[in-house]
Amino acid sequence: MNKLLSFIPEIPIADATDKVVDKITEIFAFIFDPISTHFGNFMEFFAEDFLMSIPPFIMILLVAILAFFVSGRKFGLAIFSIIGLWLIYNQDQWENLMYTVTLVLIASILSIVIGIPFGILISKSNLANIIIKPILDFMQTMPAFVYLIPAVAFFGIGMVPGVFASLIFAIPPTVRFTNLGIRQVPRELVEAADAFGSTGAQKLFKVELPMAKPTIMAGVNQTVMLALSMVVTASMIGAPGLGRDVLSALQRADVGTGFVAGIGIVILAIIIDRLTQGANRKKD
Amino acid sequence: MPIIEVENLTKIFGKNVKQAMKLLNEGASKDEILKETGCTVGVNKASFSVKPGEIFVIMGLSGSGKSTLVRLLNRLIEPTSGKILIEGEDLSQMDKNALRQARREKMSMVFQQFGLFPHRTVLENAAYGLEVQNIAKEEREEKAKRALELVGLGNYLHQKPGQLSGGMQQRVGLARALTNDPKVLLMDEAFSALDPLIRKDMQDELLDLQSTMQKTIIFITHDLDEALRLGDRIALMKDGQIVQIGTPEDILVNPANEYVERFVEDIDRSKVLTAQHIMKRPESVNIDTSGPRVALERMREAGISLIFAVDNARNFKGYISAEDASDALKKGITNLKEIVKNDVRRVDKDTTLNDIFSIVHDSPVPVVVVENNRLRGVIVRGAVIGALAGESEVSMENE
Repeated sequence: MNKLLSFIPEIPIADATDKVVDKITEIFAFIFDPISTHFGNFMEFFAEDFLMSIPPFIMILLVAILAFFVSGRKFGLAIFSIIGLWLIYNQDQWENLMYTVTLVLIASILSIVIGIPFGILISKSNLANIIIKPILDFMQTMPAFVYLIPAVAFFGIGMVPGVFASLIFAIPPTVRFTNLGIRQVPRELVEAADAFGSTGAQKLFKVELPMAKPTIMAGVNQTVMLALSMVVTASMIGAPGLGRDVLSALQRADVGTGFVAGIGIVILAIIIDRLTQGANRKKD
Repeated sequence: MPIIEVENLTKIFGKNVKQAMKLLNEGASKDEILKETGCTVGVNKASFSVKPGEIFVIMGLSGSGKSTLVRLLNRLIEPTSGKILIEGEDLSQMDKNALRQARREKMSMVFQQFGLFPHRTVLENAAYGLEVQNIAKEEREEKAKRALELVGLGNYLHQKPGQLSGGMQQRVGLARALTNDPKVLLMDEAFSALDPLIRKDMQDELLDLQSTMQKTIIFITHDLDEALRLGDRIALMKDGQIVQIGTPEDILVNPANEYVERFVEDIDRSKVLTAQHIMKRPESVNIDTSGPRVALERMREAGISLIFAVDNARNFKGYISAEDASDALKKGITNLKEIVKNDVRRVDKDTTLNDIFSIVHDSPVPVVVVENNRLRGVIVRGAVIGALAGESEVSMENE
């Protein structure tokens, strides 16, 4: 019976993938190298020379003020932010936090900037939809660790491959929700936009995107949370931040350190989640 | 010269459009084509022309293709074949840019569920048609404001549509269509989502507006009453085909076929309307307290020649004619009770129009509607005839 199954010898998928990745690395080195140098420098600058130059006290205050207004002039989130961020500072995790924030912020912004246009594209073209949907499924279900390998090949180690891996892992919700939001715009509104002689761009920017905004923002929220969840994974390829402490604690079976860094991630996650959700609330 | 001419306009939905079109040209029926090709014939060779300033009603039951037809006119749905001439230009042959230009300048549409943009204010909604033409903000808002004032929403400019009632929302929809100052208004079941009283108000208002604007209006409806009230001419649709085009009278008096007849049958108003629908507020005088001078004065004020008499408890007592009252004045009679006449026919408020016919015909004076011996209203001959003609003055003030 086994003969029947093995009438074709093992297909060399692994080898082929290796070769493809090698080729890509080789051919696109002229793009990847400057990206990893300049972009890496920029991120380090952003984390070390910008975020860390702000005194933690001021930073906590700014986040609290932002939380107060975003949550509709309620104190809950603001108070939580003050206590949570102070706790992270107290545990001497402030620098790690800043690296993590940088990583999440940059990965999220890139995901949104790339994801929304793709979402628009697949909402407008059924062909693009048929092609891109399975790719998104693939990107989301493939274990995130796997992305680290080509990321290292392309960009070496550090923050840049971390952002690259986060990007691939976190981008699908933004694309999907943008598509969904636009497709869900009531038919009559699309007809109204057409009937009054809108161009495609006018229809998109004046009707479809504003109508789809709450849905798109729900996708952005998901994307940001996924990017944050990549923090620990990305630390495996040398990205600094809270994740690195979790990883090293794991390697040394150091429960205490792992817990402290883990708590930091949880606090950051809650603050980011509430902030992005709050920004999506209707302003009346 | 007609402003809109539609020739053999056809829409077939489905994959085998070519084959379906061939069958249709050979005279196959909608069902046969569906069975043979799996295609649905949405609109089947519709031809009609509309004169400038006319309200052309297209009516049919749901699934008759009327909403598809109106969307073919501005190509929200692409026609399979046929011509759409607007002021002599064939819309069906236009490229994208020409079509967009035609949509901007020649016709506007009003939607069943209003189709308003919820994230924009009433003013921004009304100005949308000009905004996409890149007309300066000041100018377009000025025009939008004027259109909104026209429909009575001058005070709601900065509200969001969600804050308005259904009737008001549709006024915004109408204002948005008017802001562009188009030649043609396409109204797709524009009033169908409104409740009956508001709907009637909107119909009246549309007729008022139309008397000053003289737009060409294509109005889609499934409601024959609405079609008869609004339409200068009515096209009746069934299974994607236009089965009859004519004035409301043509349709009522000479139904083209059984289908139209069945439609028209449904609105035998004489069986539906009752006394309370057509009664008017009666003028009355209290005979316990007033004399002939007061009665005459009241009649003069109201421009009538007889007035109804009630007592202190507002019980109906009869009527007093102007003649009798002035005679009494001359003779020095001061008590109205002496000149009250009681030969008046009374009906209950639930008496149907059908029964009121003969009563009104036999009675020399208006028929009164009495409830528990109280005077509730009066029915004059004109109201009965008017109600049958479809312009029932449903006077709620008596309720």
